[in-house]
Amino acid sequence: MDALFSLIHGFGVLADPMNIVYMFVGIFLGVLIGVLPGLGGANGVAILLPLTFSMSPTSAIIMLSSIYWGALFGGAITSILFNIPGEPWSVATTFDGYPLAQQGRAGEALAAAFTGSFLGAFFSTLLLTFLAPLVAKFALQFGPPEFFAVYLLTFCAFVGMGKEPAYKVIAAMMLGFALAAVGLDTVTGQLRMTFGSTELLRGFDFLVAVIGLFGVGEILLTMEEGLAFKGRSARIDLRVVLKVWKDMPKYAWTALRGAIVGAWMGITPGGATPASFMSYGLAKRFSKNGHKFGTGEVEGVIAPETAAHSAGTAALLPMLTLGIPGSPTAAVLLGGLLIWGLQPGPLLFVEQKDFVWGLIASIYLGNIAGLIVVLSTVPLFAAILRIPFSIIAPIILVICAVGAYTVHNALLDIAVMLVFGVLGYLFKKLQYPLAPLVLALVLGDMAESSFRQAMLVSQGSLSVFWSNPLVGSIVTLALLMLVWPLLSAAMASLKRGTPRVASGE
Amino acid sequence: MADRPEDNQHTLSRQVLELFVAGLFILLSLVVMSDNWRIGARWASDGPEAGYFPFYIGLIMLVASTITFLVNLRRTPALAETFVERAPLMQVLWVFIPTAVFVAAISVAGIYVASTLFIAFFMVVLGRYPIWKAIPIAVLVPVVLFMMFEVWFLVPLPKGPLEAALGY
Repeated sequence: MDALFSLIHGFGVLADPMNIVYMFVGIFLGVLIGVLPGLGGANGVAILLPLTFSMSPTSAIIMLSSIYWGALFGGAITSILFNIPGEPWSVATTFDGYPLAQQGRAGEALAAAFTGSFLGAFFSTLLLTFLAPLVAKFALQFGPPEFFAVYLLTFCAFVGMGKEPAYKVIAAMMLGFALAAVGLDTVTGQLRMTFGSTELLRGFDFLVAVIGLFGVGEILLTMEEGLAFKGRSARIDLRVVLKVWKDMPKYAWTALRGAIVGAWMGITPGGATPASFMSYGLAKRFSKNGHKFGTGEVEGVIAPETAAHSAGTAALLPMLTLGIPGSPTAAVLLGGLLIWGLQPGPLLFVEQKDFVWGLIASIYLGNIAGLIVVLSTVPLFAAILRIPFSIIAPIILVICAVGAYTVHNALLDIAVMLVFGVLGYLFKKLQYPLAPLVLALVLGDMAESSFRQAMLVSQGSLSVFWSNPLVGSIVTLALLMLVWPLLSAAMASLKRGTPRVASGE
Repeated sequence: MADRPEDNQHTLSRQVLELFVAGLFILLSLVVMSDNWRIGARWASDGPEAGYFPFYIGLIMLVASTITFLVNLRRTPALAETFVERAPLMQVLWVFIPTAVFVAAISVAGIYVASTLFIAFFMVVLGRYPIWKAIPIAVLVPVVLFMMFEVWFLVPLPKGPLEAALGY
């Protein structure tokens, strides 16, 4: 029960009242970000990151992770009231949430969504509390080859599990790696791909990329759809909440299934969005009300929301223990850790106990605080959504520009952000995934250095990646993931009756 | 932006865009590979050279985007679809071009003045608001930003001649 004692210690860190204030400020900003189009978890945290440089790392991560929880909650509000997903992971929530709102049951749908989110997050936080220290202890034995193998697995998983065409996933990912390599090579001190420009010396900062890809790109997409916000109004009173809570036991299996799916997809870099769809699909198949899904079933709101929140929280597990974020927002948080001078990875659990357990304790409190905040402020956020887009859009673009500038106090970064915005728009339209690009940009340097260290140890022989059972099985699994699209295509053609010898199986 | 008579005309097909983006990827991967080959992408006596890892990154990108390019050469019905209708494209350009001008203006006029003009332009031209409604918001947002960044968090943002005249 080591974890339990550490957790109690973590709550002690939270006793500082300023940390609680930061938590509420974070939650509130997070819901606002989640509600507004063009601002989401990833770029919201990226924009606010420079403001936290002067705080202590513990306070900073508490505020930034609270923004993340707030954004996860906020996405449901727009989905249910306006039929517009504020975040990609709340798309599945619109299927049943909006019909409920049309029937005048918006309060019920919102209360169910928030409660489901809370349960999902709680499940993953428990998992984080008890599993993370074990994973970290295990990972302490990792050397460069093992770390590179885990990076490889992360990136191959994108290829194997992504819905996008595999070659596009690979191209987007490699673009991230290539951009990460621009600038000074940390090992040899050589300049790479700067083409004589001093501005490129700094390299491409992933925070600027995230603000452009997710912020500006999203505004351009929204503009193309020509959105006019016409939403339902909603009021949540205690009676509605209690009614939903009384019904919750009926949906226990759905919620648990959503939480498990979410936790799995969050730890492996599937992310919250596919988790929410998968959970919705499973609930539809297994629920006895499955045939009524899509017409306004409370269960159809709970399923995707538990999964999305569970995945969002579980994404912190690999980030803290291995230094590998499970989602773009976790990647931005990881970037924050590096800026504050903390090296994410197993050593964090040994050297920065206050930080880690303070963070984990804050997740518990943050989600309770989040639940209270969203339940009580829905009318306020619904009113914010009624502000016309032609006022909100320029303000968001100004905020994005400010955010991009403050990362390095560089004017060029604002232009870089704009280029990434166009890229984000084109990529979304052409089904190039953004998450692997961002992750590669964040992890590029670390993946490269672990690869080079491994190569140095082995004198350039790739056999080091099969030198012991652990690293061998991870690498083999990664390669299996990589060729999975080819394998499944081969199997599909076999089933269709075209006799073809599938080689290499 | 009222409906225009030429709404929903054919602009660009999806195929053209697919080939264009895949082509950009191919071009970029060639740049990456050539620059890293120049600084050395082989094995030196002390281990891999600086360009070793990025060179292979470029190579994988080249292979992947070449395949995407070839796949999209064959015209399927989905590819013949219009990438974006004319009216939505105009909407996007109506946002993008002023934003680009805004970004360029920041280096000249500072971020506060540029934001004021940008928000006012957006509201009046795109949102069809009367000027007297647009001005308060266009002024208030930069003032709030100024208080927050310059005064509260002490993070300097780009400033222009107006701020200099006011003593900042």
